[in-house]
Amino acid sequence: MRLSTSPFRELMGKRDFYAGGLMILLGLGIALKGTSYRAGTLMHMGPGFLPTALGVLLVLLGIAIAATGLAPSEGGSEDDQRLLPEHPQWWGWFCILLSPVFFIFFGKNFGMIPGTFACVFIAALGDKNATWTGTFVLATVITVFGVGLFSYFLQVPMPILAWWGAQ
Amino acid sequence: MIGTSLESLWYGFGVALEPHNLMFCFIGVLVGNMVGVLPGMGPLATISILLPLTFGMKPVAAILMLGGVMYGAQYGGAICSILLNLPCHPPHAVTCLDGFPMTKQGRGGVALGLTVLASFVGASWGITEMVFLSPLLVRAALQFGPAEVCSLMLLGLLAGSTLARGSPVKGVAMTVLGLFLGSVGTDLETGSERYTFGLTELDDGIELIAIALGLFGIAEFMNSINQVAPINTKYTHVKLSDMRPTKADLKRSFFPMWRGTIIGSLCALIPGTGPTIASFVAYATEKKISKHPELFGTGLIEGVVCPEASTHSSVQGDFIPTMSLGIPGDAVMALLLGALMIQGIVPGPQLISQHPDIFWGLVASFWIGNIMLVLLNVPLIGIWVKMLAIPYKFLYPSAMFFVCIGVYAANNDFFQVGEVVVIGAFGYILLRLGFHPAPILLGFVLGPRFEENFRRAMLISRGDLAVFVERPISAVFVGLCVLLIGSQIYIRLKGAKPPIEPSLQPHGNGSPTVPAEISAAAE
Repeated sequence: MRLSTSPFRELMGKRDFYAGGLMILLGLGIALKGTSYRAGTLMHMGPGFLPTALGVLLVLLGIAIAATGLAPSEGGSEDDQRLLPEHPQWWGWFCILLSPVFFIFFGKNFGMIPGTFACVFIAALGDKNATWTGTFVLATVITVFGVGLFSYFLQVPMPILAWWGAQ
Repeated sequence: MIGTSLESLWYGFGVALEPHNLMFCFIGVLVGNMVGVLPGMGPLATISILLPLTFGMKPVAAILMLGGVMYGAQYGGAICSILLNLPCHPPHAVTCLDGFPMTKQGRGGVALGLTVLASFVGASWGITEMVFLSPLLVRAALQFGPAEVCSLMLLGLLAGSTLARGSPVKGVAMTVLGLFLGSVGTDLETGSERYTFGLTELDDGIELIAIALGLFGIAEFMNSINQVAPINTKYTHVKLSDMRPTKADLKRSFFPMWRGTIIGSLCALIPGTGPTIASFVAYATEKKISKHPELFGTGLIEGVVCPEASTHSSVQGDFIPTMSLGIPGDAVMALLLGALMIQGIVPGPQLISQHPDIFWGLVASFWIGNIMLVLLNVPLIGIWVKMLAIPYKFLYPSAMFFVCIGVYAANNDFFQVGEVVVIGAFGYILLRLGFHPAPILLGFVLGPRFEENFRRAMLISRGDLAVFVERPISAVFVGLCVLLIGSQIYIRLKGAKPPIEPSLQPHGNGSPTVPAEISAAAE
C-alpha cells in the first residue's frame, strides 16, 4: 500500500468509501433523532434507548466499511468499485419509480382500472425497445387480468372506476 | 416422545388434507413454480409478490400456500438454472455448473427429472428431522428467559448476516439497519412514536410487505432493466419423455443424493449456514470423493443431484429454528415468519402448542406439496419451458403492478405504495454500493421482539448487562457469537481470498457470492 500518496484521495475513488459514508450519515441521523426520545436507564429503557444505540453502532460499522476501502485493492474486478453501472439506465429507473406514483394518483382518483393501466404503461416504457403499441397492448392485458384477479376474485376494496375519488 | 410426534404428524395430515387446504397448497405450488421459473424471479421475489394473495385467507391456508410457493419457486429456479444457466437464487449457482453442460449435451431433461427426485429425497429427510427435532427444541426453548432469547436472537442475526454472502461488515450493517427500521412507529412499551416525522400512517410501523417488495422487487427490477441478456432458448426444448432417467443415471445419483441430503441437514443445524453454503459444500465434497474429479463441470449428473438434495434438505432444516424458536435463518424464512405475523400469529416456542394446526399442517403439507411438485412437473414441463422465453420487458411491468396492488392490499392504503417507492430506490442504492439487502428483512422481522426481550432481561437483572454471560445457556450463545466474530476477523487477517463473484448472469440479487473459504473449498 502506498501511503505516501494521499490515502484520502485514493479512498475517494472507492465504492466502499461511499458505502461506509452512507452508513455513517444514516447512523448519525438515527442517533441524533434518537436523543430527542427519552433514553431512560438500562433497567427502565425508554423509547429512545435502542434506536440511539443502533445509530451509534451503524456509525461504527460505517467507519469500518469505509476503512476497508483503505486496504489495498483485493483484486476484485473493476466493476466492484464503480458507483454507477456500466450503462446507467436513468430513463428505465425513472419509469420504474414513476410507475407506483402513477398507480397512487390514478388509483386514488379514478379507480383500479386507470391505476393499473397507468402503472404498467409507465413501467413498460422504461424498456429501451419499448413501442407505443406493444406497451399499450401489455398494459391492457394486465389491466383486464389484474382487475379480474384482485377486484373480483380477491375482493380488494378499491373501486374499479371512479371520478376524482367519488364513485 | 416419538409416539407423540407421529401422532401429531397424523393430525397434521388431517389438517393438510382438508379439501380447501389441499387446494391452496396446490395453488401455491403451481403459481410458485410458474413465477419461479421466470428468469430473474428468485424465491424471495416470488414469495413477496404472491404474499398479498394470502391476506384474506385463514392462517393455516395462508402458510400452507406460501410453503407451496416457496418450494415451487425453488424448483422453478432449478429449471431456469439447468436450462438457461441463469441462477436466480444463490444455491442454484452450483447446479448450473453441471446442469447447463448436461442441457447442452441434450440431457437437460434427465437433469430436471433427477432434480425433482433429489429435492424430494432431500426435503423428505429435512421434514423427518423437523418432525422429531422441533418438539425437542421447543421443550428446551420453553425454559429460556428473556436473556437467553435475546442472546439467541443475537446469534441468529449475526450468523445470518456474516455467513450469508458478501462482506460480513456490510451484512451486519444491513442487519442493524433492519433492526432500526423495525423500531419505527409506536413503541409498544411506552406508547411514544418514533421516527414517524408526524406521519400518522407510520404509527403502526413500516409495512413488512413494502420492505420486501421494495428490496426484492423494485430494487431488483432497477438492477435488471435493459441489462438482461436475450435468453438463449436453443437448448430448452425438453419433452416429457426426455425426463426419464436411465437405470445407469439412477444408480449413479443414488449415493450423491444421500450424501447431499446429509450435508444439507448438517448445515441446517449450524445457525446461519443456509442452503447456499450447503450446496457449495455438497458440490465440493462430491468432487473430492469422486474417482474422476476432472469431469466435474462437463455435465455430470452427480454434480446436479448432490447440491440440489443438499439445498432442499437444508431449507427444510431451516424451518426448525424458524417455527420452533421463531428465529429465522435467512431472508426467505424471515419472510414466511413475517407472513405468519401478518396473520396475527406470534412466533416463538409457544407456536407449536398454541397453533398445532399451523405447525403440523405445514409439516404434512410439505410432503404433500413435494409430491404435487413431482406430479405437476412431469406433465407441465413443456409449459414451463415455454415460459422461460417470456422477455423481461413484459415481465417487469407486470410485476410492478403486482407490487403496487400487493402493497395496497395489505392495508387498503395508498401511503404504503409510496413507502415501496422510497424503499425500492434506497434498496437500489444499497445494491450499487455493494450491500446485500436480504439481512435487512431478518433484522426487521426480529427487531421488535429483540427489543421487547432485551428490555425484559434488563428489567429482571436490574440493568446489569452481565446477566447475558452469567446465565449458562445465554453464555453459550454469547460465546458462539464471539467465536463467530473472531473467526471472521481471523479469516480477514489471514488474508483469505476475497469472495468470488461468479459473473454467471446479470441479476444482482441472484449473483451468487459465497464466503471466501467456501468458494475456495468448491474449487
